[in-house]
Amino acid sequence: MNQNNPKTETFKYDDKIVKMFSVVTLLWGAVGMLVGVLIASQLADWRMNLGLEWLTFGRLRPLHTNAVIFAFVGNGIFAGIYYSLQRLCKARLFSDVLSRIHFWGWQLIIVSAAITLPLGYTQSKEYAELEWPIDIAITLIWVVFAVNFFGTLFKRREKHIYVSIWFYISTIITVAMLHIVNSLEIPVSFMKSYPVFAGVQDALIQWWYGHNAVAFFLTTPVLGLMYYFVPKAINRPVYSYRLSIVHFWSLIFIYIWAGPHHLLYTALPEWAQTLGMVFSVMLWAPSWGGMINGLLTLRGAWDRVRREPILKFFATSLTFYGMSTFEGPLLSIKSVSALGHYTDWIIGHVHGGGIGWNYFLSAGMLYYMIPKLYNTKIYSDKLGNIQFWTGTIGLGMYYLSMLTAGITQGLMWKALDEKGDLLYPDFVETVTRIIPLYYVRLVGGLLVFASILIMIYNIWKTIVNAPADQEEKTYEAPVPTWKKQSNSDQGHRKLEGMTAIFTVLAFLAVFVGTAIEFVPALMSNKFIEINPDIKPYTPLELAGRDIYIREGCYTCHSQMIRPMANELQRYGEPSQATEFIYDRPFQWGSRRIGPDLAREGGKRPDFWHYRHMIDPRAMTPGSIMPEYSWLERKKTDYKILPKKLKVMAALGVPYTEEEIKYAIPMAKKQAEQITKGMESEGVKLKNADKQLIALIAYLQRLGSDLANSSHQKMGSSK
Amino acid sequence: MDILFLTIPIALVLALIFLGVFISSVLKGQFEDLDTPAHRILLEEKSIKGKTNESEQP
Repeated sequence: MNQNNPKTETFKYDDKIVKMFSVVTLLWGAVGMLVGVLIASQLADWRMNLGLEWLTFGRLRPLHTNAVIFAFVGNGIFAGIYYSLQRLCKARLFSDVLSRIHFWGWQLIIVSAAITLPLGYTQSKEYAELEWPIDIAITLIWVVFAVNFFGTLFKRREKHIYVSIWFYISTIITVAMLHIVNSLEIPVSFMKSYPVFAGVQDALIQWWYGHNAVAFFLTTPVLGLMYYFVPKAINRPVYSYRLSIVHFWSLIFIYIWAGPHHLLYTALPEWAQTLGMVFSVMLWAPSWGGMINGLLTLRGAWDRVRREPILKFFATSLTFYGMSTFEGPLLSIKSVSALGHYTDWIIGHVHGGGIGWNYFLSAGMLYYMIPKLYNTKIYSDKLGNIQFWTGTIGLGMYYLSMLTAGITQGLMWKALDEKGDLLYPDFVETVTRIIPLYYVRLVGGLLVFASILIMIYNIWKTIVNAPADQEEKTYEAPVPTWKKQSNSDQGHRKLEGMTAIFTVLAFLAVFVGTAIEFVPALMSNKFIEINPDIKPYTPLELAGRDIYIREGCYTCHSQMIRPMANELQRYGEPSQATEFIYDRPFQWGSRRIGPDLAREGGKRPDFWHYRHMIDPRAMTPGSIMPEYSWLERKKTDYKILPKKLKVMAALGVPYTEEEIKYAIPMAKKQAEQITKGMESEGVKLKNADKQLIALIAYLQRLGSDLANSSHQKMGSSK
Repeated sequence: MDILFLTIPIALVLALIFLGVFISSVLKGQFEDLDTPAHRILLEEKSIKGKTNESEQP
């Protein structure tokens, strides 16, 4: 070290980009919550989609989840990371141009999601619904973010990498990996693709992704923000820096294995379920390490928590983080999952985390950052406090109503009388019972939505009242002496920055290469159990299945019967892995707002389904399903069927050349047969080419292969 | 469960990457001093040009 180095250099932070990301965080937060309120109202009253196909629960629920996760929390993360990274590194962001590409690219992706999801373009994988062109765009923008991030890190003036930055690093690497693997898909057309993996494998990889989206998008980056903004807001060091380091490394090593807890009691091999459960329970320790570390940072300053909205939000968000990370491992225990899975308990759980932890922490962070960025003070602390209480009361109503609804419905599903028969054999009975709670949830959701509107007003007033002079400030820092190269050598410093870029790009390249190499190995037909009676879908059924996916039926109907007495009685034999080998994507679902459909085939006549889709309440009084009348008007797209079969065949589905060639006439013939069967009930033969017929073909196929199987007695493999 | 041929190596590679980063960060002395870094982030730098309120503490 050169002790006599008097040299300093000046630099400016790129605060413009932080302001841009901050503003859109609030904007998309309000949009995402508004969609949430709308779909909550649809469960309370089915007419709330206003008869429009683009506003049905099945299509808007993915928009809600994507908007709040990737648009609201996502933009908030980028704002907070770009603010804190520059200050922790004492360096301007690597490239202003990359920052802008990152910003506009991400907003474009959000807009494209907001357009395509209501139109029904979806892969039906939760939090990964967006179709393949958008998947590619996400990958590219994420690489831009990574290059910008690591470039900044390599030109930093501060040698020590603060714990927040460690959390950011793990986020960037892991999200890249998860997104690429879960998005391995083969395009059929511009906005349609089939995933490379099928059935159980698709389910495993989806929930490996899904769980880690929670872990590495909603948790690790937000913890990084917490470790920066909580100490800054209270002007005290973090309670234990040592604990934060231990917290970080233990959390990231354990999180990646916990995914299978989303698939307990499914057809996933039992050892994988147990593995997921054990790691989930282990997660409790590092999670609480983080919570305790954050809360104890506030020790001795509780009077300020009482007064200042920023600290109120931080203290509450840490409390909710602690609650959610306690509830998560609890729900991952198989016997608890048996009751909680498929119910609203899970919906309550994720909103405790999403609103309590993510929204509140983002709110505290923005209230801290924005006055600093604009050289001013918060417009009104009082409004901040009102926002806090509105949001907290709303969340309380939301969480408690969903917890109650979930446990009520779960117990009703399980309830057997003394003879061992179902106490509530009509599924709809278990739904109508909890509808009052859906109204309570709606009010809670409205309050949370109102709270973010209050915040938008407060921040808007703060920004317009800020001094007009918003020139970037200049800072001065000693030229770092801890870097090996000579200080004057700008070229070297630059090159070092480039190394970072190349490291990231090389890693991604190597990874994509590895993934592609693995794919052929995965194409082999070595499935765990093969039942020759399980046949691929007919062309018409495949068309119907894609309509099922488009309408988001999986958001309310599962296709996975768990091995339990009550499910055996209600739905039939437990689902087996072998039944799903041609399911691309898998449609197991995660919530039963309506009944399971895994063995729906053959249970009811075609005409029942025909009328039910047009007017669900004609067949099931009290049902909260929307009317799907447009399925009776829209024509099935036959032309694309050969292409669809071809892609499926390339993925290993045994379609013959002939089937691919004659896919269209085959489909038309089956559609006519189904329609003819309903002619006596008044369905006109010219309706054969309508989407409703294709959907009926698919529904009537569900589970029927195993029911008719001679090779394997049902249930014998379990 | 062929998918395991993909996910297990990926999870292990990820774990190894993080292990490598951890070891190299320990070797580079990132975690030798666990007291100063927590305090250092609280020090506000004064701007030499342009108005600022960053030095004011709430």
